[in-house]
Amino acid sequence: MSFKLFELLLKASLYTIGISLVSILIGFAIAILLSGMLLSGRRALAVPARIFISFFRGVPLLVQLLLIYNLLPVIGLNVPSIVAAIIGLSLCTAAYQAENLRGGFASVPRGLIESAEMVGLTPSQAFRRIKVPIALRLTFPALVNEAILILKASSLVSVVGIVELTRMAQDLAGSTFLPLQLFACAGLIYLVINWVVARTGGLIERSLPGVPR
Amino acid sequence: MTLPAIAVRNLVKRYGDTAVLHGIDLDIPPGQVSCLIGPSGSGKSTLLRCMAFLEEATSGTITVDGEVLGFSEHSNGMRERIPATTNRAIRSKIGMVFQQFNLWPHMTALGNVSEALRTVHKMSRKDAEARAMEQLVKVGLEARAGHYPSQLSGGQQQRVAIARALALKPKIMLFDEPTSSLDPELTGEVLNVMRDLAAEGMTMVVVSHEIGFAATVGSRISFLDQGRLLFSGPPSEVFGKPRHPRLEQFLDTYLDRGASMLV
Repeated sequence: MSFKLFELLLKASLYTIGISLVSILIGFAIAILLSGMLLSGRRALAVPARIFISFFRGVPLLVQLLLIYNLLPVIGLNVPSIVAAIIGLSLCTAAYQAENLRGGFASVPRGLIESAEMVGLTPSQAFRRIKVPIALRLTFPALVNEAILILKASSLVSVVGIVELTRMAQDLAGSTFLPLQLFACAGLIYLVINWVVARTGGLIERSLPGVPR
Repeated sequence: MTLPAIAVRNLVKRYGDTAVLHGIDLDIPPGQVSCLIGPSGSGKSTLLRCMAFLEEATSGTITVDGEVLGFSEHSNGMRERIPATTNRAIRSKIGMVFQQFNLWPHMTALGNVSEALRTVHKMSRKDAEARAMEQLVKVGLEARAGHYPSQLSGGQQQRVAIARALALKPKIMLFDEPTSSLDPELTGEVLNVMRDLAAEGMTMVVVSHEIGFAATVGSRISFLDQGRLLFSGPPSEVFGKPRHPRLEQFLDTYLDRGASMLV
């Protein structure tokens, strides 16, 4: 297998990385909103969030991507397929991340908020200074996990015509008759990307002080 | 008669159908150490938490330094919730120390002690940390200022928690079983800090299983049993013979836990 082929795979993997990274970040922002709705204690907010989460956790990502790709033009949004792919991945990961965040917030010990109240912090100060930082630290390992899942799931966006790592390997395999070498290479690249993500996550996690574990 | 630091009047606390406190009346005199003792489930922690308004009483009132905390009660029995800002102002006179320390794990010892000075009292970082450091010196932990709670022993964590409460210059300190989650070896260092505090004339309310501490440092002992205050008095009276049979029974369980000197 020539270096040229490997280079093409690496270039395609930039799509994989870019699409995944953007989706995880957008998904995180949506997840904050969703978990806020879940924890608001108001049915009018919690129920729509529940429905959203049930849908995006319950329907296969492949189906979601095809649905969104075909739905967007119908509602008058003619966007490039890469945008459709990012919307699909973002909404899907948002559903999972929202559940992680909700769990993180729910597992902040009540006593830590009571001690904040007792030294005079208002509920909103206690939320910002105590609850959010602790919940985010508790959620962080799950976030790294989710990032890895999304990096792998991003191979599915080839169905809407994005030539990312998996699709590139497939295309090249078809034209070069070297499927084994190409898919092995693609697998290796995924492995390296995810190793870097896991390792970076681990380092960040260790640098966060004193998380209750 | 001097104004009590905390006055509890006809305090009732129910969880559903279960009454935990059956109409408690108790005055906490200023400048003294009041100890609440009693068997597990007697309601002593609940009473203390009601005093801090961490727990909402079902009926009855808590008055701190002459001001009603939580709910005021009208003569016709109507209860009225006191605005949160007023409650916060009244509660600022109270410092609280918890059984589980409740230090914030993402902040250093110094960060824990200076947090409220900065966020609530808007002190500069420098001033807040200077005052926090004074408190850490007082509990003998200046060398641990930069440590996170997870890097401290239980006894050290509890001393940081005491420093955190003291940094806000409360008039009254409430201790909710401050040594119950500590090894016997670490209990002493926390009790010593509390003894020093008592010697300075701090008004203290201590819920504790440390009968020895109650007997030697306490100025008033109140014995709770099944949500009722059975009796209150100075230690010599409460622990002197003849004793109330229920107390006798309770003390029996402590004979091998350092209270044998009382018998």
